[in-house]
Amino acid sequence: MPMYQYDTHDQAMVDARVAEFSDQVARRLAGTLSEEQFRPLRLKNGLYLQLHAYMLRVAIPYGTLNSRQMHMLGDIADKYDRGYGHFTTRQNIQYNWIKLEDTPAILADLASVGMHAIQTSGNCIRNTTADHFAGAAADEVADPRPYAELLRQWSTFHPEFDYLPRKFKVAIIGSDTDRAAMRLHDIGIQVVKNDAGETGLKVYVGGGMGRTPMIAPVIREFLPPLQMISYLEACLRVYNRYGRRDNKYKARIKILVHEIGADEYRRQVEEEFAHILTLGLEPPPAELERIKGFFADPAFDTQSADTIDRSDPDFALWVDQNVHAHKAPGHAIVTVSLKPAGGIPGDASADQIRLLADLARDYSFDELRVTHAQNIVLPHVRKADLYAIWQKLDAAGLANANLDLIGDIIACPGLDYCSLANARSIPVAQKISERFADPARQAEIGELKLKISGCINACGHHHAGHIGILGVDRKGTENYQLLLGGSEGADTSLGTIVGPGFSEDGIVDAVEKATQVYLDRREDGERFLDTYRRLGVAPFKEAIYG
Amino acid sequence: MSGERVKILTGNDLLTGDVTWWTGNGWSRHIADAAPVGDDATQIAQSEEADRKVVGAYVIDAQSDAEGLRPAHIKERIRALGPTVRLDLSLRPNDPAASAWIA
Ligand code: SF4
Repeated sequence: MPMYQYDTHDQAMVDARVAEFSDQVARRLAGTLSEEQFRPLRLKNGLYLQLHAYMLRVAIPYGTLNSRQMHMLGDIADKYDRGYGHFTTRQNIQYNWIKLEDTPAILADLASVGMHAIQTSGNCIRNTTADHFAGAAADEVADPRPYAELLRQWSTFHPEFDYLPRKFKVAIIGSDTDRAAMRLHDIGIQVVKNDAGETGLKVYVGGGMGRTPMIAPVIREFLPPLQMISYLEACLRVYNRYGRRDNKYKARIKILVHEIGADEYRRQVEEEFAHILTLGLEPPPAELERIKGFFADPAFDTQSADTIDRSDPDFALWVDQNVHAHKAPGHAIVTVSLKPAGGIPGDASADQIRLLADLARDYSFDELRVTHAQNIVLPHVRKADLYAIWQKLDAAGLANANLDLIGDIIACPGLDYCSLANARSIPVAQKISERFADPARQAEIGELKLKISGCINACGHHHAGHIGILGVDRKGTENYQLLLGGSEGADTSLGTIVGPGFSEDGIVDAVEKATQVYLDRREDGERFLDTYRRLGVAPFKEAIYG
Repeated sequence: MSGERVKILTGNDLLTGDVTWWTGNGWSRHIADAAPVGDDATQIAQSEEADRKVVGAYVIDAQSDAEGLRPAHIKERIRALGPTVRLDLSLRPNDPAASAWIA
């Protein structure tokens, strides 16, 4: 199975954490810990107090999990929650209705399948996110997950980085196509090859979304992979030393890199790096090789048919939209969209979660991925099995053929669940996906990434949406700002606010008007984003506000 | 908005995390049971938190009229009801007027 397997050390660490937290919960319930004392402890275990109940965020490091783990996620939804879970833009899952007294049992259930809620909260290095097609994509230079796993081992419980000025997010990719919004993270890493054919890492530092969105500049063009830990240690040390602990809004590394400039930040990192290299912190080459061994290709059936019978038109539509090229002949990558028209983006019922687990077991070498766009990937599927998979998905309401179309909306939980929210996100997503429910209309519009956040924290990545929507509180009323021109990936850009905000219905109309400008003015082969970039904001503004 | 402006006390149940409302002599999941809290809110919140009956108690503004209590801010109305996108899981699952109460 192409997945990292916990060794006894990893498992002992997770088990010890369960025992520790069980004790902390017992002390809280007995009154020997106050909420003030308990709060940081529960947050270290992914347990938040949200709008309606406790919310548990479960880590899915680099978005990879096996069918047993996925099955457990479905069972937890049934046993301890209300029969569903929410997949997030951080490639995690959240449960919305958790009882404090149940959390030790949930963590024990998770630990039994090598899962936990560590690094899902607090000012630490959070779980590394990664390209959800890692190890499968036809365009990949190298699988980034061994590096992500190395990062996990280095960063988990790293005492020096447990109380950083703010949370810290790392994303890693292994292709030129950036499917992980890599440059919008505190650190983005791309596995590359140099002219000599050697593998290395290109390191970007200082990106992020939130209140002050920034695109990370390149800080290191080419880093020998075995020096990754030392280099990141240096990046973090410079941040830990100078990051603004006095002001929450200026505490992210992006502010530091912006204020001192990429060149000065690079200079300081290189100085620190030179020092750290003398300490011999790097894992031995054999350790990286050992980790790589876990991610070796499964036994692909390369004799399997390389063609797809497209005689069922609905199936053909889904193949065109949701199936991507795989590196192995006869195989394909399936993305299951969790975005039915009128549905809640990223939500899946316990039954759907277990079905996806079963499909992974039966058809995808036991493996699944969670995407930052709140969808699920079956990474290694035989083309010959696609029709059977599609039929099973269809029967479960999971055959939405809308990947990367206007119906494939990213939306954060917003004011329906989140205590930080200013406005609801989900109802806006529902109204837009209903307005554009006609598959022919979605196909006509083509690629359009629409992203909605319920507040400036930008969990819904609104800055990076071709169309972005930001919910704000205008004198106690929900109001929605429209942004255009954002993008993640190789052509990362930040959206700009078009003008005054709208009501919930008004923002849906505004989105429709923006798409109409595109349809009227597009030139051959242009996506919405291309037309917007060519024309600028003026015609869109005129159509929307004129 | 018509009706008398009152202050009520809310928080979450320690064990279940449920939204709860101070009734004058205890806590209820239903805002209809809430009672205006008067000047003693801080003291009630402190002693109830110390007794582990509630977490993070705080005072909010609400309107009181013939139809009952309605929080002034939409966030508190959603807390009082449940997620508007899953009314089946809310406290008024079969009430067609529930959405209008939020708006
Ligand atoms: S963007 Fe705001 S409202 Fe949405 S989940 Fe994040 S913090 Fe909550």
